[in-house]
Amino acid sequence: MRDVVIIGIGDIRVGEYWDKSLRHLAHDAIMAALKDAGVERVDAVVVGNTLASFLAEQGHLGALIADFVGLRGVEAVRVDAADASGAAAFRWGYMAVAGGLADVVLVVGVEQMSERSAEEVVRAHTSVLDQEFEGIHGATPNSVQALLMRRYMHEFGVAREDFGAFPINAHANAVGNPQAMFRRAISEKAYARAGLVAEPLNMFDVSPISDGAAAVILCPADKVNAYAHTDKAPVRVLASAVATDAVAVHDRKDPLFLQAAYLSSHAAYTQAGITPRDVDLFELHDSTSIMAALSLEACGFVARGRAVHFAREGGIARNGLIPISTMGGLKARGNPLGATGVYQIVELVRQLRGDAGDCQVKHARIGMAQNLGGTGATAITHILGIG
Amino acid sequence: MRVAGHWRLRKQRLTLQGEICPVCGAHIFPPRDVCPECGQPASTPYTFKGRGEVYSFSTVYETPDHFTKYKPYTVALVKLEEGPIITAQLTDVDPDEVEIGMPVEMVTRRLTEEGDEGLILYGYKFRPVMERVGR
Ligand SMILES: [Zn+2]
Repeated sequence: MRDVVIIGIGDIRVGEYWDKSLRHLAHDAIMAALKDAGVERVDAVVVGNTLASFLAEQGHLGALIADFVGLRGVEAVRVDAADASGAAAFRWGYMAVAGGLADVVLVVGVEQMSERSAEEVVRAHTSVLDQEFEGIHGATPNSVQALLMRRYMHEFGVAREDFGAFPINAHANAVGNPQAMFRRAISEKAYARAGLVAEPLNMFDVSPISDGAAAVILCPADKVNAYAHTDKAPVRVLASAVATDAVAVHDRKDPLFLQAAYLSSHAAYTQAGITPRDVDLFELHDSTSIMAALSLEACGFVARGRAVHFAREGGIARNGLIPISTMGGLKARGNPLGATGVYQIVELVRQLRGDAGDCQVKHARIGMAQNLGGTGATAITHILGIG
Repeated sequence: MRVAGHWRLRKQRLTLQGEICPVCGAHIFPPRDVCPECGQPASTPYTFKGRGEVYSFSTVYETPDHFTKYKPYTVALVKLEEGPIITAQLTDVDPDEVEIGMPVEMVTRRLTEEGDEGLILYGYKFRPVMERVGR
């Protein structure tokens, strides 16, 4: 296996783009990444996307996007792993470069959700669940996570209001991120008053429907000088690991433990030769507040049942023990599903380069990203490092 | 219209038919043909009694379009007496009166429909266990 580095990143501000189609969103992120890396050739394009087949009735995104950005002829595929499609695309690119099958790989995550009604988006999004035994009963990704939150409150004696620590942290961080969808802080009072989405989850617990695109360029560590024309320091991929679990939470031994998140994070620690204590920041999958809590526990940052208290005590803040959602997370940067995993990588690169502006985590050398598919049935963990 | 897809699931939806593992005795729902406990083939049918308790619940306000006309409705995880947990709606109960641990029993109800002229889909929901009135 060859060592792999990230030599370029690009993204657009997450939001609602009624004037641009999916291919234009991807184009804008890709051009930014190509410029950032200063590369002149690309061997392959990997596209991460979750819902275009449902919402735009557009499949075949590999060829579509490669052609649209002027790369007609290159190898190109779309990768699907539900909400974790962005990280799955990044891993595909990583494997191609590490395995020696390609030198320069462009990974792009793209999603366009805002042109459909909320009910249509929610319906399409139920495709990440077990349709025969969850979706048919009216369950949705948010309501399944609400079931986990209610049970967590019951088992660990945590109050609903206490979960506010997660969105309050995410929104406070997003204020400093020009690419975030919601650049405003929220208060405990606003959290307590927010309308219900799926009890006990409220509007501030759930990540928003949004459009976005993010791209990165990978190449072998020992060929940076041959391909990249940039003064930015390359960022090393120290680990890449995927694990799976039952798609339906009712089929899991312990619904409150994200087994796939545990397996993939611990495989990643082994690959990188580190422990959770060595991680300087963690871009986790805060699709809802409860998933942020369960992810912290599964990945070994805090004991079971303790994540919410840990968050309330400031452990997740920019200067805390393990900063999370440092540029807003899914909650406030926004959650354009199949693009989210690539945004996480772009944000880690900004942090490790020291280019994160007001969001900068001091002395960040090792960053971890974890992208979950569905309610944690797919977990993809990447660890990046610099220096 | 997906007639066969729903027809295939009629025994599960209407009678809670799952499986029992001939090796370790585990009760399995939904049926999956490989025992999740011991990994052995498990295709012996077993009809669940349809009684259990609420493991968790959520009243849903943000719905997929084919469920919008039913909102708000309450989705639950129900722990069956035989062991498995399943996802189902609660019915015949005020959402404010639901509690974790509440005993519930299976009933058959309309789940949703495929548009105005498509299939109407029926299946299991759970309601609070009724007190039996003595004669
Ligand atoms: Zn068995």
